[in-house]
Amino acid sequence: MFLDHIWLIPLLPAVGAALMFFFGRRLQKSTVSAVCVGSVVLAFLMACGAVLQYTNWAAENNNKPYEKILYTWLGTDTGHLNYQKSDGSAASFQADAGFLLDPLSSIWLLFVTGVGMLIHIYSTGYMAHEGGYYRFFGYLNLFMFSMLTLILANNYVLMFVGWEGVGLCSYLLIGFYFHRKSASDAANKAFIVNRIGDAGFILGMFFVAWLCGSLRFIDVTGFARDHAATLMGNPIVTAATLLLFVGACGKSAQLPLYVWLPDAMEGPTPVSALIHAATMVTAGVYMVARSNALFVLAPTSMLVVAIVGALTAIFAASIGLVQNDIKRVLAYSTVSQLGYMFLALGVGAFSAGVFHVFTHAFFKALLFLGAGSVIHAMSGEQDMRNMGALSEKIPVTFRTMLVATLAIAGIPILAGFFSKDEILWQAWRFSPYLWAIGFATALMTAFYMFRLMYLTFWSPSRVTSHEIEHHIHESPKSMTVPLVVLAFFSITAGWLGWPASLGGSNHFEKFLEPVFANAAEKEVPPASESGPGLTEYLLMGLSVAAAGVGWLMASRAYGNAGKGYTEPIAAAAPPVYDTLLNKYYVDEGYDYVFTGRRKLGEVRLGVMGLGEASSWFDSHVIDGAVNAAGWITRSTATFSSWWDKWIIDGIGVNGPAILARMLSYPARLLEWGLVQWYALVMVVGLVYFVCLPLGYSRQFWIAVAGLLLLTGAYFVAKYLRRRFAT
Amino acid sequence: MDAMLHITTLHYLVLGAALFLLGVIGVLTRRNVVIVLMSIELILNAVNLNLVAFSRYWQGMPGHFGGPGALHGQVFAIFVITDAAAEAAVGLGILIAFFRNKETVNVDEVNLLKW
Repeated sequence: MFLDHIWLIPLLPAVGAALMFFFGRRLQKSTVSAVCVGSVVLAFLMACGAVLQYTNWAAENNNKPYEKILYTWLGTDTGHLNYQKSDGSAASFQADAGFLLDPLSSIWLLFVTGVGMLIHIYSTGYMAHEGGYYRFFGYLNLFMFSMLTLILANNYVLMFVGWEGVGLCSYLLIGFYFHRKSASDAANKAFIVNRIGDAGFILGMFFVAWLCGSLRFIDVTGFARDHAATLMGNPIVTAATLLLFVGACGKSAQLPLYVWLPDAMEGPTPVSALIHAATMVTAGVYMVARSNALFVLAPTSMLVVAIVGALTAIFAASIGLVQNDIKRVLAYSTVSQLGYMFLALGVGAFSAGVFHVFTHAFFKALLFLGAGSVIHAMSGEQDMRNMGALSEKIPVTFRTMLVATLAIAGIPILAGFFSKDEILWQAWRFSPYLWAIGFATALMTAFYMFRLMYLTFWSPSRVTSHEIEHHIHESPKSMTVPLVVLAFFSITAGWLGWPASLGGSNHFEKFLEPVFANAAEKEVPPASESGPGLTEYLLMGLSVAAAGVGWLMASRAYGNAGKGYTEPIAAAAPPVYDTLLNKYYVDEGYDYVFTGRRKLGEVRLGVMGLGEASSWFDSHVIDGAVNAAGWITRSTATFSSWWDKWIIDGIGVNGPAILARMLSYPARLLEWGLVQWYALVMVVGLVYFVCLPLGYSRQFWIAVAGLLLLTGAYFVAKYLRRRFAT
Repeated sequence: MDAMLHITTLHYLVLGAALFLLGVIGVLTRRNVVIVLMSIELILNAVNLNLVAFSRYWQGMPGHFGGPGALHGQVFAIFVITDAAAEAAVGLGILIAFFRNKETVNVDEVNLLKW
């Protein structure tokens, strides 16, 4: 019954959000609380019922995932959706509005609705005196709807709808106090950086669709497992998984897309707890775990995931060592713990990673809510340098936060120990270097968490003003009860994954076995299969020792931190301290490279500067070349016309004419205009040709010559008289 | 009488040559266009005389070119006379045209091609 109506689970918060959108302004605060908190409580109860029913159903149905399809959303029979897969066979695109419930989504469903419910209850107390109450709860409900859609989706496309939805709600909630510029800037930053990851996600989806012919999880997983032997190491699979991981980096704040999470602390503390600790940031982990069948086929991607996770973990932990804002410390702690989760996924320990998500949700939410309680008690003060000696004054907050700190540091028996230890053990089996990074991070984690505890609760009071000091009071029940509940789970949640090496039966891992049963299990097999060895106990001991050493160092440094205490790192190595305090100048680096706001003189820097340089190049060099070509053409034409006019026409055409004229000057002298002279010349020729072969005697020729000469002389005289007559 | 001269073909030829020479000199020397035309006629008639003389000569000779049928020269002379008539007509036509343009029959005045 619950399984059939599984679609109600996301719908209930959606109804709450819609009611807030339409009627929220007119409602009383109590009504708003009742509607919104009630919808999430109902969703949680339904979720519990659905998961219980699923376990029964799965036992009968061979551990298959339960799928419920409401309707076909994209890809109805229009005939335009057929395409070719990468291996050439035909495929048709389709995406349903469908819900999938299997062990993986059950776990997420339970803790998202559970922790969400507790945070909703907490918010009624925390936001009681704030403006925009209905708006806050409307956004929170909208977030729950999106997150539940993401978790319960049966295909990548619907999951992406939820993915975008949580990004939107993150933006809305971070910028809740939008009158503050820092808050609206942080909201923009979160959304934009998320978007970069989303681009990777979409490209990854394209590759998956091209490869498998479908985006349904069941189809993709089936395809990947059926063709595991042929697809191992396939470049398309590697590309798809790497791109999907880029999406996960954006959503789950890994290097280099983590920069939005610390700034997201501008939002109200319940938002930080819900979205940026327990739920939204785990969406990336969920997506990678859901795609585990593809990831195991691409060892390169898994290695990338592991390395990025490990580096993020140690990077963020190092920054968290010196931050002074209580929420910032917890933000960097979140980034660091998310790094642990990806480290686990990357080395193939999928269930260990999911286990850490599960336990982390509880103690991180608890830490954030506790910090919220501290801030509430301190009337809005967030800087730890101005706190101290609060343990007596806000005991419930103090004790629950202590539980959470012990959990996160990895003190045995509490939740964090089991999950973190499992991850470190699997990392050691994959590569000792990754283990070393994880181990160093664990040491730093213990240090900064206990630093937080000492500076806030145990050290002498450094509260700046007396009004604040007098005003310190414990939070109302609506806030402390969730803290206690979360503390309970921080202790006990880890017991679900009590490892075999310590005598337990790892229920958690067994529960998740159907999800991660990959045939090509080249990655590290679950620890429960191989027997416990000395190494495992040794590593366990080292982890506990690290936690203890961290605690000890923190107590030495901050145990008696009175006013004007010095940071030990600042005393030992000031440049290192400055770098860490300024978050390795990453934000400034991004500002220089990407935002294009910085100029060196007149030249713009970064990728925008490259754009400007390209534009300059195009308009000056390329267009200059075009202009030069045009100039050359014109000059050639000008030269050509000169050549034609002066050389060809002048010399070629006129030349012979001039030559003819020049030669005609002497020839003209023979033209006297006397007809009879021409006749005489004719006669001379005639006589010559006629008489020549006849060979007349010399006298004859003398007589003829004389005759003609006389006639000629006669003409010449005539001509001369004519020419020179007056 | 023994001193009588036998008129042979040679005499005719010499006469023809003399007339030809006179005609040529007339064409080359005289100023009046009409006289030039008359001189041209004289030349042509000298030629006729030559042709007829030779025709008579060959009539008296035996052989392929000879015999009573060797009238070739005389026939050609008929052609020449016809041609002379036509040429005189054309020449006078040119003379008339020339006179219309220049109001003179002086051949020295035909000098438009002078440089």
